[in-house]
Amino acid sequence: MGFGVLGVKLLAYCSCSNTFQEDKRISDRPMVPSLERVDIRQGLCYYPRRGAVPEVVAPFLIQRGADKVAFVIGLRCRECAREYPVEPLNVCDFCFGPLEISYDYKAIARVISRQRIADGPLTIWRYQDLLPVDAENAVDIQAGFTPLIKAKNLGKVLGLDNLYLKNDSVNPSFSFKDRVVSVAATKALEFGFDTLSCASTGNLACAVAAHAARAGMRSVVFIPSDLEAGKVIGAAIYGPTIVAVKGSYDEVNRLCSEIADNYHWAFVNINMRPFYAEGSKTLGLEVAEQLGWRFPEHAVVPVASGALLTKIWKGFDEMVEVGLMEGPVPTRMYAAQARGCSPVVDAFNAGEDMVKPVRPNSIAKSLAIGNPADGIYAIRTMSRSGGAAYAVPEDEVVEGMKLLAETEGIFTETAGGVVVSALKGLVERGAIGRDELTVAFITGNGLKTQEVVEDVVHPLTIRPTMEEFEEALHGLSAAGR
Amino acid sequence: MVMGKQRVKFTFPTDLVTQPIIYDLGRKFNVVTNIRRADVREEMGWVVLELEGDDQEIQQGIDWVGSIGVRVDPVAGDVLEG
Ligand SMILES: Cc1ncc(COP(=O)(O)O)c(C=O)c1O
Ligand SMILES: [Zn+2]
Repeated sequence: MGFGVLGVKLLAYCSCSNTFQEDKRISDRPMVPSLERVDIRQGLCYYPRRGAVPEVVAPFLIQRGADKVAFVIGLRCRECAREYPVEPLNVCDFCFGPLEISYDYKAIARVISRQRIADGPLTIWRYQDLLPVDAENAVDIQAGFTPLIKAKNLGKVLGLDNLYLKNDSVNPSFSFKDRVVSVAATKALEFGFDTLSCASTGNLACAVAAHAARAGMRSVVFIPSDLEAGKVIGAAIYGPTIVAVKGSYDEVNRLCSEIADNYHWAFVNINMRPFYAEGSKTLGLEVAEQLGWRFPEHAVVPVASGALLTKIWKGFDEMVEVGLMEGPVPTRMYAAQARGCSPVVDAFNAGEDMVKPVRPNSIAKSLAIGNPADGIYAIRTMSRSGGAAYAVPEDEVVEGMKLLAETEGIFTETAGGVVVSALKGLVERGAIGRDELTVAFITGNGLKTQEVVEDVVHPLTIRPTMEEFEEALHGLSAAGR
Repeated sequence: MVMGKQRVKFTFPTDLVTQPIIYDLGRKFNVVTNIRRADVREEMGWVVLELEGDDQEIQQGIDWVGSIGVRVDPVAGDVLEG
């Protein structure tokens, strides 16, 4: 339930899409049947919950000023459009479809502006008007506003004159997951949770543990027991309880769904999912702003669940919706996956709009989701935007990592290697033209997957004498290096 | 007996699309099957449903469905990341 001040009138926007003034309903929309009573002075909305005893489930956000409103109407089912109050819920009770945040875009359009964003902090919170939480209480370790760099060297190699890299590997816990978790953690605190949790193949665990530390929350993160050391240490340092599950990622996933049903914990990617996913939008918003308020013509995005790709485009779309940009959005969206786990790419290329689950076997572990829930939405986004999908052969993942490091000085993890190699493939296929404004999203840091590039290490080991140094140097030039 | 409910998604490979698996599940095990959403085509299909019954019975039913080649995923958790 959102809450706003317009003029001097106290207004509340209810999750049932009604607008209330004082205790009176002033819009003509029907109330949702479950809404019992609204008490605007107390800032409470009463819904019955399982059984006859009415229970408060949707406290209004406390209002702090006319321009600091959370513009959330409620949650809405992506499949059947049923509406729900703002609760830690991610699945529609009726059709079990995924829930998504619904915003009052007209109200947002009235306050948002390029200037207001430019005056904001150099973090994701500059886009607070388009986020479903109260930014004033943000759990903030300064996620976002990462570099967007023009990639002249890589562009030269690939044959692109207008290539940019969004280097999101330099977020505080070293992946774009800080964006989503910052939003989810903030909402978890608003809901009154004391434990932040997730199922993860690594990057998410790092981001959850870091944000929980900052928020003073307990954290419990679940990972498959065979993860890369960089990800396990990168999470462990923040002091979470790490549960290493002897099994595949699918089994971790299954276990966590069961735990989420039985424990009152905020699982960022289960019961906090609708809020969490919104954080990904900021990657799109930021790129458009950093390009001088322009949309790219092409965006190459790594895909695991498909949420990131879908939400980057949603971010672009919302910029038009609230009047920050002129529409329509011209950006073609491209999914990048590795062959060892490419259910989204395969479905798209086969012209299917149904994703066939696979058993992942890929070097790109952070993208290894065999049954991507947002896969179908990613496919629709690609079709709608005129984009395409590309699966990179497994042995080209590390090549992509090395190419990026050697040309642009950016050390990315396997997911970034997938993106660079997919970009190369798309250019070779003629999908992206030389002059066209292209952004490749580099979302994770190479220090987390060092194992796969250990072969780059061959130092000249010498005794501390000039003689041995020069000998070694000659050896190098003889070898043509 | 601990009665419970579980939301699951079954994904059927081509050779099982035409089999009455959900019917069999309800017959072989003491669980009520309640279908909420589905998309079944010639070459593949999925069904999102709720299973209700004794927890152990539900688990045995799910194990059986998995053992004949249907992929079973939790609904609440089918959206997890990496
Ligand atoms: C580094 C990195 N990039 C991209 C992704 C893809 O995100 P999504 O699951 O939203 O598709 C993930 C995680 O899943 C990741 O860890
Ligand atoms: Zn629904």
